[in-house]
Amino acid sequence: MSSKSDKIVVALAGQPNSGKSTIFNMLTGARQHVANYPGVTVEKKTGSFRQDGARIELVDLPGTHSLTSYTLEERIARDFLLNDKPAAVVDVVDASNLERNLYLTFQLAEMDVPLIINLNMMDVAEKRGHKIDTQKLSQELAAPVVPTVGNKGKGKKQLREAILSTSKKGQAAPFRIDYGDDLEPILDSLEKRLSEETEISSRYPVRWLAVKLMENDEEAQRLVMKYSQKSGVILKSAEEKREAFTLEHKNSPQKVIAITRHQEAQRIVEASVTRKKEITSTLTDRIDQVACNRFSGPLVLVATIYLIYEIAIVQGYRITEYTWPVLAWSRDLIASLLPSEGFIFDPFFRSMPIWVVDGTIAVLNYVPIFLILFALIAILEDTGYMARMAFILDRIFRHFGLHGQSVLPMVIGGLYVGGCAIPGVLACRGMKDEKARIATIMIVPLMNCLAKIPFYVLLIGMFFAAYKGIAMFFIATITIIIALSIAKILNLTVLRKKESAPFVMEMPPYHLPTIQGVLRRCLERTWLFVKKIITIVILVSVIVYVLIYFPGISKEKKTHYISQSDQTQQTFFKKTGKDNPYTGLMTGDNLMEFTRYWRDYKKAKMGAKGKKAKEAIDQEFREKNFQFFKIVKRGKYEVKGEMIKDKHAKKVYDAYKKLSKTTNKLRREIKEETIITSYMGRAGRFIEPLTRWAGFNWRVNIALMSSFAAKESSVATLGGIYQSPPGEKDTLEERIKEKEKGWTPLHVLAIMLFMAMYPPCIPTLLMVRLETGSTKWMLFATFYPMVLGIIIAVLVFTGGNLLGLSGMQAMIAFYILALIFLVLMGLIKREPESS
Amino acid sequence: MTLDEVKRDQECEIVDITSEGIMGQRLLDMGFIPGTRIKVIRNAPLVDPVEFLLKGYHISLRHSEAKKVEVNLL
Ligand SMILES: Nc1nc2c(ncn2[C@@H]2O[C@H](COP(=O)(O)OP(=O)(O)O)[C@@H](O)[C@H]2O)c(=O)[nH]1
Ligand SMILES: [Mg+2]
Repeated sequence: MSSKSDKIVVALAGQPNSGKSTIFNMLTGARQHVANYPGVTVEKKTGSFRQDGARIELVDLPGTHSLTSYTLEERIARDFLLNDKPAAVVDVVDASNLERNLYLTFQLAEMDVPLIINLNMMDVAEKRGHKIDTQKLSQELAAPVVPTVGNKGKGKKQLREAILSTSKKGQAAPFRIDYGDDLEPILDSLEKRLSEETEISSRYPVRWLAVKLMENDEEAQRLVMKYSQKSGVILKSAEEKREAFTLEHKNSPQKVIAITRHQEAQRIVEASVTRKKEITSTLTDRIDQVACNRFSGPLVLVATIYLIYEIAIVQGYRITEYTWPVLAWSRDLIASLLPSEGFIFDPFFRSMPIWVVDGTIAVLNYVPIFLILFALIAILEDTGYMARMAFILDRIFRHFGLHGQSVLPMVIGGLYVGGCAIPGVLACRGMKDEKARIATIMIVPLMNCLAKIPFYVLLIGMFFAAYKGIAMFFIATITIIIALSIAKILNLTVLRKKESAPFVMEMPPYHLPTIQGVLRRCLERTWLFVKKIITIVILVSVIVYVLIYFPGISKEKKTHYISQSDQTQQTFFKKTGKDNPYTGLMTGDNLMEFTRYWRDYKKAKMGAKGKKAKEAIDQEFREKNFQFFKIVKRGKYEVKGEMIKDKHAKKVYDAYKKLSKTTNKLRREIKEETIITSYMGRAGRFIEPLTRWAGFNWRVNIALMSSFAAKESSVATLGGIYQSPPGEKDTLEERIKEKEKGWTPLHVLAIMLFMAMYPPCIPTLLMVRLETGSTKWMLFATFYPMVLGIIIAVLVFTGGNLLGLSGMQAMIAFYILALIFLVLMGLIKREPESS
Repeated sequence: MTLDEVKRDQECEIVDITSEGIMGQRLLDMGFIPGTRIKVIRNAPLVDPVEFLLKGYHISLRHSEAKKVEVNLL
């Protein structure tokens, strides 16, 4: 372990798509750490490596084209260089795109940080026939130049060595761009003036600051204001100079500076690069002829989206069938460590932890899907296809205040049917347009996630059985229609003031992603999810548990149930008879023990598939307790190869079966009563007068409220509320129909629409908090869907009732209305472009 | 003329950038400076945005953004 002081901090900078992440991984290997830059949601990755005994900590700066103060990423990169003063900066440069990349290099050099130029993508440059004279380049830039091929790990050693030797030197080589005879005198005088302010000159490179002031950079102006008493004078004179310059030269200094940098880059490239051949058509061009073509482009896009859906959601869901038993096993393991269950009442320290574990594994169950989704997203990003998706779809989405990049999060969230909002929200990362990004985060939860599907299937099966296909299509597409309208409304209202970035998007050449890079990213993001979410899910499910199970049934009721239970037990013993040899085995605590044995046996048998497995279970339980085994086998068992028919055991079996049935009935009654009298139940009743307008009675209210913790539980809670009457094995559908005789398809339509709008589950809300960096947005994401859902449900239910519409008619009418609304929203002009 | 009026496969030279603020800076940063040659590669399937080739790399702009770039056909 080394102490903090001998750690050398080095930053990694570069333009997007230069291979920065690849180089970062190449240099640091597995020792990485992900956090956020303070106060913002931009990811900050740090990693470390040892070189000749020194420990070097590498900080990955956001990939930027420039270092202005216009975008968050650029501000972050810049602030880090200014305030954290790294010992050196590695500038990852795409060698096949040298000229444009040098534009950033100059700006780094102007900040007076010791630079190492990393010429990455050397293989691509060579393929294109560029021969780069690294020595000449090094001379021109006054910095060491190290060529690499990041995805092959080539040049790692040299790069590490260069980093160490440069950071040891500790001082930047002098480098300056000559901005020409018109601008230089002005920069000179500004520089002199700034040098007099020691508070400033001791902190920041004055030449850099002078250039920034001439660029009219707001952050630079703020720095002057912060550290100089005479900032008013300095800024005023800078402004006058800027204006005078613009008047005289018909060009703003800002433009002249950018132009000079590009010209300088061009000059250096001409001096140090020879082009052997001119490539006319690259592989990327040929791929794009298909992938961005007006006819085949959309087809490729739809196919890609379908493939993502199929691999991640459909196949991923299949994988959960294999991982679920593992989770179920761990649940049982935890359950076995808890205080044991009672006959009709379970101790608090059993039922509460089990409830929490159930809620947690319901979320963990989706981890395989997340892993696949995150891997696919990483592939889309690294290959460069993501930019093409945005290119093709931008036209549609921006009418609604979104961005071409919004499509991926929406697909993942469940654009058609089945997705998950959690990775959907996470996939909004990397969207440059903050306004569109927030809008996307807000509407992704409106998509149909996997957990909403069983709810729809149940209700559609009951009330729209004749039109299953249509009803499913309706619910799947109405959510998109509503979501797009909402996005536009948000864009025009709450998001009005948010920063909107220009579209200007690079279409990088296609690259084969590395397996390592993809795996790393998908594991990283999944881990982030598990780490951040699980603790809170646990916390919240404890709260929900309390709301659903407390204050609990009254004392009198409790004694009533206990006496009923006692009675059934007495009946049991009466039936088995005193002279039955097994009766003695069942008295006192043994009855409970047998109950557990019985439940375990039934469960094991149910889970076993095939004759062999069943025999193995029999063998296991036989060894566990042979006497009990005789009973659960209804008195038919084998002893030394001989089949025995044990009348006494059969008698106990029959009697116990009755006992078990009554006990289960009691347990269900207790549960129902607990829920109804619980805080949640009271709330459900309390708001019933209001929700009646939407067609919801209190039972529905409870089911809806409890599904807030995780949508999976909506059907489960319904199951809890609509208990099947003892002795009958009705399906949940039949039971609901029996209890809710007054329900019409209109009721159900309103409920389904409310469910479609329903607030995101808690893990998703936490993701929203994480990705927006704001509790306010999280609260907004919680409450607006509720209000919206109620409005829509009331509109459909009360409106449909007034007009005397049937369920199907209301469905169609609402669909048409929503479509019209969508078109209207799309037609509203976006606010004038800020130019 | 402005860049949004240029047809597919046509090449032109940038004369000036007329947008300011973030948009103007972004274009300057991406190399949209006077004298640079730029070629229209293709329109998106729904016409907007447009893909351009400039200094050996590909970039796409919306029409509203390309309108702010003045060019001369070559
Ligand atoms: N051919 C080639 N591909 C590379 C090289 N370095 C990185 N890549 C690939 O380029 C793509 C983008 O790299 P990435 O590190 O994500 O770029 P970033 O946007 O700068 O972080 C990935 O598919 C990498 O595998 C290289 O030197 N040569
Ligand atoms: Mg990257």
